Amino acid sequence: MSTVSNTGFVPARRLLFWSGIVALCAWVLVPIYLVALGALGGRSGAYQWPKNFLPTNVSLQPFLLFLKTEGVLQSFLNSLGAAGITVALSIALGAPAGYALARYNFRGKDSYRLLVLLTRAFPLAILALPLTVSYIRLGLYDTVLGVGLIHTVLALPFAALVTQGIFLGVPRELEEAAWVFGCTRIQAFFKVVAPLALPGLVATAVFAFVISWNEVFAASVLTVRHRTLTAYLLTVLSESPMHYRFAGGLMLILPSVVFIFAVRRYLFAIWGISSK
Amino acid sequence: MTQNRPWIPYALILPSVVFLGLLFVVPLVQTIWLAVSDNGTPSLANMTTMVSDINFGRSVLNTFLLTLAVVPIQIVMALTMGSMVAKMNGGRETILWIWTIPLGISDLAAGMVWLSILQNTGYLNSILFGMGLIERQTAWLTYQTPVALFIGIAIAEIWRGTAIVMIIIVAGLNQVPKEFKEAAEIFGASPWTRFTRITLPLIRPALQSALILRTVLAFEVFAVVYALGGRNFPVLVGEAYNWQNQNQNYSVAAAYAVLIMVISLAATLVYLKAIKVDPERLP
Repeated sequence: MSTVSNTGFVPARRLLFWSGIVALCAWVLVPIYLVALGALGGRSGAYQWPKNFLPTNVSLQPFLLFLKTEGVLQSFLNSLGAAGITVALSIALGAPAGYALARYNFRGKDSYRLLVLLTRAFPLAILALPLTVSYIRLGLYDTVLGVGLIHTVLALPFAALVTQGIFLGVPRELEEAAWVFGCTRIQAFFKVVAPLALPGLVATAVFAFVISWNEVFAASVLTVRHRTLTAYLLTVLSESPMHYRFAGGLMLILPSVVFIFAVRRYLFAIWGISSK
Repeated sequence: MTQNRPWIPYALILPSVVFLGLLFVVPLVQTIWLAVSDNGTPSLANMTTMVSDINFGRSVLNTFLLTLAVVPIQIVMALTMGSMVAKMNGGRETILWIWTIPLGISDLAAGMVWLSILQNTGYLNSILFGMGLIERQTAWLTYQTPVALFIGIAIAEIWRGTAIVMIIIVAGLNQVPKEFKEAAEIFGASPWTRFTRITLPLIRPALQSALILRTVLAFEVFAVVYALGGRNFPVLVGEAYNWQNQNQNYSVAAAYAVLIMVISLAATLVYLKAIKVDPERLP
């Protein structure tokens, strides 16, 4: 950076710069802190007036009470189930496609990439609307599997593009060397390529999880009794008391924040790839 | 590598093609057919029902206004954040992680977060009360306060959705070679000129995909609106949801879905045309 010789000027600019950074951090973090206060403050906390910004009246009790509310734990498990299906399917179907895109030139490659990119121009969750009828016919309506399938539509294109980038990052020479030493293609893939690609694949899986975990619309349209956490919270929203809404918000936020933290090293590599 | 067994790549992509065919292409066609047919014959009846519904005009207007308010602010904020971290040496990782946290937060959760601030006994009112600006609890999220409700929803959307834009833009900024900036600096270009003449053109691809992604998502806005305003602020996806779940009229819901898709596609095409990405000029 160009440094200015005026001594008073540079610290002032740095101060401004860092206040900007701190302000933007506060913009992200303070609302989360406040909803956590709301979730742990219980009924009395929600209607306290005026509010205290310090955690004076918090305990885990209200949040545990929320967890014990009928339907919460079950919908939490349903969410985990749907996200698990999404992760398994989007990696199982997306990673081979990503590998094919990274390693082979074949006719139709461009058309395939177009199909994958095309999904991005569509609000995919909306496709849950016509699926209702086919789902009822197939017995998939109101099942965790059905929700997992539609969530895979959201996560699969992402997984294919990202794994393509990951496999491009594994040198082809290593794989070819393994063939020379007598590995079959499948052995070479699992012994040489897969270990090197594993961290990236795990990061992709985490994103697939978060995509499913956070999805509201399709899950609400396709379920009635076996609701995911988002769908459950949405449907009981209008009749739940304020502190339950905050507890629900906190419960939605916590797992994905932990997961994002776990894959923070890969965030930029992954989104750099997937937005090309 | 490809010559001896040309079927391998096809075998690898086949499962995903079949899957996307069954759960993306088929429902897509079904939606369109459902929207433009009535009891199996082509008809515009659903479209007419949709357009003449009392909430239709307001939901179109609200969705567009929200997109127009939210997306530009998110792009500017993300560019600012990206430029800021580019100047940092220590602590860059931590700051980036904090700014990325909303990426993992769903729109429903974001609505609940901002509800805790904007509700009647919430933190905003407490601050205003403490400063003596209001005398009693004030409602911001009702039918009678459409402007405040709009601003509240926009703030929640900006809070949640900026992270993804920032990540795409930071990933783009990371690919801009340092030499370009240094050269411009040597030739005496001001920071602003460097930004508009060097950085912005070079991150066009990132900007384009961020715009497409965010705009399509903005037209899908639903849960954050519902969490903050209930049905006081009709938006397109919310109407589709009501027609499907409350009215059990799948055809009109499909008509809304088609409308949202057409708008999203049109926006994507506009961005592809307006922001030309020349592959040869990429670093």
